Amino acid sequence: MNRFLWPLIGFIALLALLAVGLTLNPRDVPSPLVDKPAPSFSLPQLQAPAQTFSPKDMHGKVWLLNVWASWCVSCRQEHPVLVELAKQQVVPLIGLNYKEVRGDGGIDIDKLSPEREKQMVLERAGEWLRQHGDPYTLSAIDIDGRVGIDYGVYGVPETYVIDKNGIIRLKHTGPITPDVFSGKILPLLATLSK
Amino acid sequence: MRHWLTTLWLLLIVAGVHNLRAGEAMPLASDEVTEKRLVAIASELRCLVCQNESLAGSGAELANDLRREIRALIKEGKSDAEIMEFMVSRYGDFVRYRPPLKGSTLLLWFGPGLFLVGGLVALFLYLRRRQRAMNDSPLTAEEEREASALLQEQDSRRGQS
Repeated sequence: MNRFLWPLIGFIALLALLAVGLTLNPRDVPSPLVDKPAPSFSLPQLQAPAQTFSPKDMHGKVWLLNVWASWCVSCRQEHPVLVELAKQQVVPLIGLNYKEVRGDGGIDIDKLSPEREKQMVLERAGEWLRQHGDPYTLSAIDIDGRVGIDYGVYGVPETYVIDKNGIIRLKHTGPITPDVFSGKILPLLATLSK
Repeated sequence: MRHWLTTLWLLLIVAGVHNLRAGEAMPLASDEVTEKRLVAIASELRCLVCQNESLAGSGAELANDLRREIRALIKEGKSDAEIMEFMVSRYGDFVRYRPPLKGSTLLLWFGPGLFLVGGLVALFLYLRRRQRAMNDSPLTAEEEREASALLQEQDSRRGQS
């Protein structure tokens, strides 16, 4: 009896370990940027390309930075949640349109001039927001994805919660579901807005 | 004499080919150094899109961007350590295939060693217990008599059949 007891206990322990491992999300990589100042940038605005947006502009406010693109399938999934959020005017939502043209696999970027690419970005992103609704206070356009690299973006959509002092408090990778918003983001916003 | 001439010819040909090669490679040389460093650094880094591929081997869009970024940093004259820091400050320790040694990674680094030591201890204990069981208590006079009686009984049975 005793002879088989320990191997059995060992086996069950291993099984439990692997079972827990299966429930973890390997995409949920902890970001080193949390509790660090949001990287600064200055990018043209989607709706007013002559003007730029910089995180400094939001100083003194708690705000969300949402990385999106029209080619991003999961963005479509989270979009209604964002639209609803904008209706309730809970928090300013800034969009970062990420590699709108060159992120789309179907387009050969080498054949486009920078001006043409920018123009296409404005057209495509603008059209997408007209179709699906624009929840953003404004969107900045990151044409070549350089700002995305500074923010450690590796899977669109991603959302950052940034506090009044410009410190990143949370990074969420993947679409925002109503559960994620009410369970993770809303409580944080409440404490940060105090 | 003819031998000598052939050898000379061969030498000339080899030298000529060698020169030709060197001439071809020259313009690429500085770039080659950059590319070699790029590959060396990128092999140490994980592609975050396809997590089991290195940045050097991945065809993902983001991997392309990051290789471009690393190439630019090399050209700016940044050291390998500085480039590593650039990546880690954006994507975290997860991006490194060789995680740094610190509090949260102790188990990762020494876990296998712990398992080995645990296994050796268990093996040692088991062997010692077995040894003890085998050496244990020679038969008492009473037991010896019983045993030989049993053996004799068996022998006699075998004799009958």
